[in-house]
Amino acid sequence: MHEAVAVNPWAALAYLVAGVCFILALRGLSSPASSRRGNRLGMAGMALAVGTTLVTHLFSSNIVVDARQVTGGLQVNAGALGEIFVAILIGAVIGITTAQRIKMTDMPQLVAAFHSLVGLAAVLVAVAAFANPGAFGILDAATGHIEPVSRIEMGLGIAIGAITFSGSVIAFLKLNGNMSGKPILLPARHVINLGILAAILLLIAYFVTDDATAVFAAITVLSFVIGFLLIVPIGGADMPVVVSMLNSYSGWAAAAMGFTLHNTAMIITGALVGSSGAILSYIMCKAMNRSFISVIAGGFGAVAGPSGGESIDRPWKRGSAEDAAFLMGQAEQVIIVPGYGMAVAQAQHALREMGDLLKKQGVRVKYAIHPVAGRMPGHMNVLLAEANVPYDDVFELEDINGEFAQTDVAFVIGANDVTNPAAKTDKTSPIYGMPVLDVEKAKTVLFIKRSMGGVGYAGVDNEVFYMDNTMMLLADAKKTVEEIVKAMG
Amino acid sequence: MDFIAILSIFVLACCVGYYVVWSVTPALHTPLMAVTNAISSVIVVGALIAGAAEGSATAKWLGLGAVVLASVNIFGGFAVTERMLAMYKKKDRPAAK
Repeated sequence: MHEAVAVNPWAALAYLVAGVCFILALRGLSSPASSRRGNRLGMAGMALAVGTTLVTHLFSSNIVVDARQVTGGLQVNAGALGEIFVAILIGAVIGITTAQRIKMTDMPQLVAAFHSLVGLAAVLVAVAAFANPGAFGILDAATGHIEPVSRIEMGLGIAIGAITFSGSVIAFLKLNGNMSGKPILLPARHVINLGILAAILLLIAYFVTDDATAVFAAITVLSFVIGFLLIVPIGGADMPVVVSMLNSYSGWAAAAMGFTLHNTAMIITGALVGSSGAILSYIMCKAMNRSFISVIAGGFGAVAGPSGGESIDRPWKRGSAEDAAFLMGQAEQVIIVPGYGMAVAQAQHALREMGDLLKKQGVRVKYAIHPVAGRMPGHMNVLLAEANVPYDDVFELEDINGEFAQTDVAFVIGANDVTNPAAKTDKTSPIYGMPVLDVEKAKTVLFIKRSMGGVGYAGVDNEVFYMDNTMMLLADAKKTVEEIVKAMG
Repeated sequence: MDFIAILSIFVLACCVGYYVVWSVTPALHTPLMAVTNAISSVIVVGALIAGAAEGSATAKWLGLGAVVLASVNIFGGFAVTERMLAMYKKKDRPAAK
C-alpha cells in the first residue's frame, strides 16, 4: 500500500521492543516493590522509540558497494537534529522542574495538565501530517492526495486529540480552583452535544471523499468545542471519572496517530493507555454506583438533596481534641478514614504523627481508603505514602469493611459521602447503592469536619453525624490532628 | 504493513492492556495515571518525523512545537512517577526522619 516509504525492519523491531517495554512498565505497578523497575523500563522504551525515529529520519546513507570499492557514506541532517535537540531540551527542563516542584495534593491538576499537552501534541502532529503528507508516507502517489484510509485515521486522531486538549483544560481549571467545581448547566446541552458529535463523525466521513483544508479545520474546531462542552457540566465529585476518561482519550489519540504512521510502538501504547483509562473510569463509576453515561451527562451535585434543610436542629455531640486523644489511647484498634478534606488541609503528615503515637501506646492503626476518596484514583494512597505511612497499613474498602464492627474508634477525616449509611438504606438518596465504608459500626466514630453546615459533594446530610456514638470535631483538619497529637504527648 | 495487520496489533494490545491494568494494585492508581500519561507521549515519534522532514515549513514548526509539548510530558510524567513510587514504603523499615 505504501511503497513510498520502505519500512526498515530493524526500526520496526525497535518500535516493537519499545511497545513491550511500556507493557512491562504497567505490569510493574502490580506491586509497589516492582513498580520502580517498571518505571525505568518505561523510560528505556521511550528512549528507544525516540532514538529509532531520529536515526531513521535524520540519518541517511548512500553507501554503494560496487565491485571492490565502497563509495558514499553516512549523512546527518545536522540542522534538523539541532532544532529537535533544543525542542526536547526545552520540554525536559519544563517537565522536570514541574515534576519536582508539584505538591502531592496537586497531583490531579498536574495529571489533567499533562493530558491536555498530549491532546495538543496529537493535534499538532495531525495538522503537520495534513500539511506534509509525503513525510509521513501517507501520500497516494497516483492521485497526489492523502490516502483515504489515512484520512479516517487522521480525522479520528485530530478529533480525539482536540477533545482531550480542551476537556483537560477545563478539568484542570476546575481541579485547580480557577473555575467553580460546581456543575455549569447549559440549556438543551444534551441536544447540542449529540448534534456536534454527529457533525464531527459526518465530517470525518466526508473527509474521506474530499480532503479539503476547510473540512479538516471544521473537524478540529468542532472537536475543541465539544471537549469544552462535555466537561463543563461535570461537578467536582465526578472528577476522578473525568480525569480517568481523559487519560483514556489521550491513549486513543496516540493510537489513531499510530495507525496513520503505521507505528507499532504508538499503537501498542495507545491501546494500553486507552484501556487503562477506560478501566479506571469503570472502577470509579462502580465505586459511586453510577453509570458512565450519567457521569458524562453531568449535573451531579447541582441541587441540594431533600434531607439537606432539616439538619440544623438535630442534636449532635461535640468532642474536643483531649476527648479524641483519650478515646483513641484506650482503643485496641483505630481505623482512619481519610478523604479529600485531608488533602485540602494538608493534614497527612500530622495524621501520620498521630498514628505513630498511637502505635507506641500499643494501638493497632489501619487506614481505610474508598476508591473515590479524593480527586483522582489512588489520590489518598499517594498522600499517605508521602507522609511515610507504610503501604501495608493502608487497606481498600472491600478488604477492611468487615473490620469496623470489631473496631473501637473510626477516625473520619475530611471524608463524608463515602461514609454515609444512607447509601445502604435510603432509596431516595442520590448516593443510594454506592458502596460505603461502614464507619457507623465502630464503637465510637470521631468525625473531623470544618462545620456542621457543609454537606458532601452529593449535597446530602450524613446520619452518622447525629448518632449517639459519634463525636464531631469541628475545625480545620490539620489543626485538630495537631491538637490531638499535643494532647497525647 | 496493511491495515488488517495494524488492526491485529491494536486489538491484541487492547487485550494485553485489559489484563495488565486490572492487575495494578489500587494503591498505585495515581502513579498508573502519571506513567500512562508519560508513555502516551510516544506521539513524539510523529512529532519528530514532522520536525525532521523537509518540504513544508509549517509542518516542520508544528512538529517542533509538538516535540516540546510531548517532551514536557515524557520528562515530567516519568519524573513525577519516579518521585511518587519512591515514597511507597513497607512497614518496619525505619522511615526517613
